[in-house]
Amino acid sequence: MSTQIETKETEDEEIEEQSPGERRREIKRQRAENRAKRVEAELDEAEQTRRLKVFRYDPEVEGKEEPRFDDFIVPFHKGMTILDALIYARDHYDSSLTFRHSCRQAVCGSDALFINGKQRLGCKTQVGDLEDPIRIEPLPHQDVVKDLVVDMEHFYDQMHAVEPFFDPDETPDGELEEQRQTPENREYVKMATRCIWCGACMSSCNIAAGDNEYLGPAAINKAYRFAMDEREGENRKQERLRIIEQEHGVWRCQTQFSCTEVCPKDIPLTEHIQELKREAVKNNLKFW
Amino acid sequence: MYEHDVIVVGAGGAGLRAAIAAHEEGADVALVTKLHPVRSHTGAAEGGINAALHEEDSWDLHAYDTMKGADYLSDAPAVDTFAQEAPDEVIQLEHWGMPFSREEDGKVSQRPFGGLSFPRTTYAGAETGHHLLHTMYEQVVKRGIEVYDEWYVTNLAVTDHDDPEDRECHGCVAHDIKSGEIAGFHANNGVILATGGLGQVFDHTTNAVANTGDGQAMAYRAGVPIEDMEFVQFHPTTLPSTGVLISEGVRGEGGILYNDEEERLMFEYGYANNDGELASRDVVSRAELTEVNEGRGIEDEYVHLDMRHLGEERILDRLENILHLAEDFEGVDGLDEPMPVKPGQHYEMGGIETDENGETCINGLYAAGECACVSMHGANRLGGNALPELLVFGARAGRDAAGKDLGDAQIPTGPSAESEDGDVDTPVSPGALDSTDGDAVADGGAMADPETVIEDAVAREQERIETLLERDGVNHAEVRDDIQETMTANVNVFREEDNLKQALEDIRKAREQYKHVGVSDPSRTFNTDLIHTIETRNIIDLAEAITLGALAREEFRGAHWRKKHQERKDDEWLKHTMLQWNDGDVNLYYKPVMLEGFDQTYEPKERSY
Repeated sequence: MSTQIETKETEDEEIEEQSPGERRREIKRQRAENRAKRVEAELDEAEQTRRLKVFRYDPEVEGKEEPRFDDFIVPFHKGMTILDALIYARDHYDSSLTFRHSCRQAVCGSDALFINGKQRLGCKTQVGDLEDPIRIEPLPHQDVVKDLVVDMEHFYDQMHAVEPFFDPDETPDGELEEQRQTPENREYVKMATRCIWCGACMSSCNIAAGDNEYLGPAAINKAYRFAMDEREGENRKQERLRIIEQEHGVWRCQTQFSCTEVCPKDIPLTEHIQELKREAVKNNLKFW
Repeated sequence: MYEHDVIVVGAGGAGLRAAIAAHEEGADVALVTKLHPVRSHTGAAEGGINAALHEEDSWDLHAYDTMKGADYLSDAPAVDTFAQEAPDEVIQLEHWGMPFSREEDGKVSQRPFGGLSFPRTTYAGAETGHHLLHTMYEQVVKRGIEVYDEWYVTNLAVTDHDDPEDRECHGCVAHDIKSGEIAGFHANNGVILATGGLGQVFDHTTNAVANTGDGQAMAYRAGVPIEDMEFVQFHPTTLPSTGVLISEGVRGEGGILYNDEEERLMFEYGYANNDGELASRDVVSRAELTEVNEGRGIEDEYVHLDMRHLGEERILDRLENILHLAEDFEGVDGLDEPMPVKPGQHYEMGGIETDENGETCINGLYAAGECACVSMHGANRLGGNALPELLVFGARAGRDAAGKDLGDAQIPTGPSAESEDGDVDTPVSPGALDSTDGDAVADGGAMADPETVIEDAVAREQERIETLLERDGVNHAEVRDDIQETMTANVNVFREEDNLKQALEDIRKAREQYKHVGVSDPSRTFNTDLIHTIETRNIIDLAEAITLGALAREEFRGAHWRKKHQERKDDEWLKHTMLQWNDGDVNLYYKPVMLEGFDQTYEPKERSY
């Protein structure tokens, strides 16, 4: 039998036997049956199951153009994360279920989601800690591309707006000579350097929701990371303070602490914003 | 069609470093990457960056440690280049603002690491990779380098000459994940593959879900030899339930491994009487699995890594991230109890054959970082050597591709470097199913002008993707599961001939199954079903390559252990295993290891720790 990819001719020729297309469908049917049995057995075997209610939307697929929620029942085991549960649902029920994920260990920042009404990383949220059913939605206040995937462009634009790069006045000339930084100063900026750009903070912020130009907690924190680093050049620091104290900068923050509350890396974002406000005042910069 | 001087595929550490270097040489550079750069798996590297910075240290000691760690399967010109240039790269990172951990005098801290004769590992807490990745991405932003993020490169645009050494790479084909657009990318000067690891070939891995070996598989199918694929590093300390990595830094700071009888196993059973827990990774992984196999494992699965005696202050200062990982992913408080650990796939030493300038045998095609094999890690990579490697060879590839003259490379590439024909007895034939197998793409495209080569490649990818989308077939996840299962069962830390042959049979079956896969999501928008289906084909080719290499190499060297061949055989095996794909047929050959370095000729010695 030909092993070529399905074409009209081969289908016609092999009409008496089984065409490759038929064979493929037959294999698929068998596989699907086996999979259904396996899922059933796994659900039977599991002492507990959980119900996920997952937001679904696809602008170009019939039946998904109108947002809806799909239910998935998954077998529960101790240690299971929301990401594990979503992967189970995708691989066992519906391969079109779409979400970003990569590292599975809370460092790539791909899977910030709105889970039972709060921004959290799917990979570091334990299913066992949540009430059933578990509602999983894309991050609020961002355009949804499909299912749980949101458009991150605006978030990236705001991050880039604070000129997020190190730019010292001068670097040492000596061979293999580093800039000195005290362990205390390194400690001072440490939390700020932990940001993984997941966007949870921005999504939780009421101000950002109402003011699209607001830099937002992550970008301001990025500015803080450099402005408070003793290696940063004085000119650059002034420039940076000018950026964050403009109309849509630090003064917009009303210290609601929602960003701090949702940050998966425990960065004290609100404190950092407050500190930059003080820094701006200290530098006697003109308010807008 | 998009056009740039240099196209860098992948935007982790190697890709970012290459892009910055090419940009500094004046090239118009673009990064094309299936993940936004800050999502790359370089960000998960924890431990550190080795570089001989201290005045009492020297690059040749670092080179020697690297060669010894590699069990003498590295090429000396690569190792020496690496060790010489690593210090400059680390200082460069510092000048770019990397938040290194510091000493009281403000200098960059360095700590001991496995297999090193001097404490030369620089680090930034236990999240070194995160800081390295973000620091370099910041520099990419500063330079305004163009980034096509969430564009998945699915194939290379290479000419169709018979001999791969005559072929030329003109660009690549990429799929815009968000819109579904398939477009050609024309590279005037060169394409640099920097796609990272292939951990998804195995089911227990520290690697990200995105680490599917795309670069290795694309280069392989374009005719570039892949080298020493059997050398897969299994990291000794990964969390049992997820594969999340617990940094070697824990042992570097003094963490201890215990078996279920609370014996300090590394010394109690003589696995490494001098270095104990800080022996090379392959040594520690085998020790742990031996304990488990001999009934001294905990729950017959893992051993304990204890750091409680270091004290809360030191742990919080240097290893805080480890506490979060153990808590979030295993539910264990590392301050209160020992952490469960077992070996997990971590790093592929082998990869795309390149010379020390990062170039492959195909003109205009480069590779750097984990997807490449220059070769400097040989049979086993030392902890803390991956990050400096991607800096040194990422930068070199970027410069060379941008047209800077780095001098003639000493390391030969391409099938003409063959010293010996390979022969391996396989139960099923490897490679494409047959010449009509639609998934066995011809190696090269056409012998025409660059635009035509790229347009042809785009047309082929469009056809392939349409077929996958329209075909009503099985879900790729089942094929991928079969591969991961057989690789973990049969091509793991301990390898036996029968198991390796079993794996080859299973891989063949998976290849046949793959002919029947279809994508059930009909959408052009963010179709991850499609992306994963394409990745699965790469996983199949690389699983086969790893297994073929493992079956061919009848000796024990570094990370590669064979039950019936438990000794290193220098007379016979001081050579690289090379696999080359000829329009679907796999050609196995060998090329000799180069032990003559800049200042010294490395003499293989017994490797003991």
